[in-house]
Amino acid sequence: MTEIGLGHYLTLGAVIFSIGVIGIFLNRKNIIVILMSIELILLAVNINLVSFSIYLGDLTGQVFTLFILTVAAAEAAIGLAIIVVYYRNAGTIRVEEIDKLKG
Amino acid sequence: MLAHAIFFYVFSIIAVISAIMVTVSKNTVHSVFFLILDFISISCLFIMIGAEFLGMIMLIVYVGAVAVLFLFVVMMLNVAQQKNQWFNSESTTSSHIPVGLIISTIIFFELIIVVGGWKYKPELFNPNTTQSSNEISNTHSLGQVLYTDYIHIFQISGMILLIAMIGAIVLTFRRREGLKTQSYLKQISRERSEGIEVLEVQSNKGVKIDD
Repeated sequence: MTEIGLGHYLTLGAVIFSIGVIGIFLNRKNIIVILMSIELILLAVNINLVSFSIYLGDLTGQVFTLFILTVAAAEAAIGLAIIVVYYRNAGTIRVEEIDKLKG
Repeated sequence: MLAHAIFFYVFSIIAVISAIMVTVSKNTVHSVFFLILDFISISCLFIMIGAEFLGMIMLIVYVGAVAVLFLFVVMMLNVAQQKNQWFNSESTTSSHIPVGLIISTIIFFELIIVVGGWKYKPELFNPNTTQSSNEISNTHSLGQVLYTDYIHIFQISGMILLIAMIGAIVLTFRRREGLKTQSYLKQISRERSEGIEVLEVQSNKGVKIDD
């Protein structure tokens, strides 16, 4: 119990990943919370990469965490810009009212 | 070792609870705040486990930039007052909640199985402590790898950031109507003939200048 190993960090990553997926599926509010759930999922991936990198003594995981951070920042910027443009055109970003494509 | 365990459990419990609150919070602004709390506790974990540079970068990039960007957009769009409706009575909205729950539970148990595989095959990993030797810091070693072996990927990630910046500007740029702007081409290509007009001024009448 007091010995914190790789499994503890992987379990934490799994829990946060699952919360992110649940947040995407169960969200009824607006798209911004879905974007935040995507950020949670990327955070869980980062936890996995960093803990593997530390416990296996390989720096590659941390380098790739840096690149995932970059891509996550770019994705957040583009996604929020798309949301702003959609709100300007449609007047709402509620999830159930976004049905223009009739999917 | 006990202190390590205590810090791990405190930070991870905070991280998990705030991650839950991000998804169930009624107010979007509260969700952003819980997201910030989540990032902060995870970066504390990173610093504790020995990846100091990534912990600090997480603080700067996520808390300082991305979360503030989320807050700005929430403030701009005025969606903070929209109520969260998880389990409302309409069949169209509540029909995919069980599906989402099932899929999320399956993914979670798959990850648990993966972790169990690591636990029952302990020879797959042995924590290599030579990396965290004291003579070279985490930031130093990361920089030595990042600017030599991964220089191309590093530059590509810079290009990704540039493209994201240009894309965000292009998407949200709006040309307003009736804005007075300076046209350099029009200014440079003026001729003398259209600039001045020679008039015969008659006595006691003056000149009417229309613009």
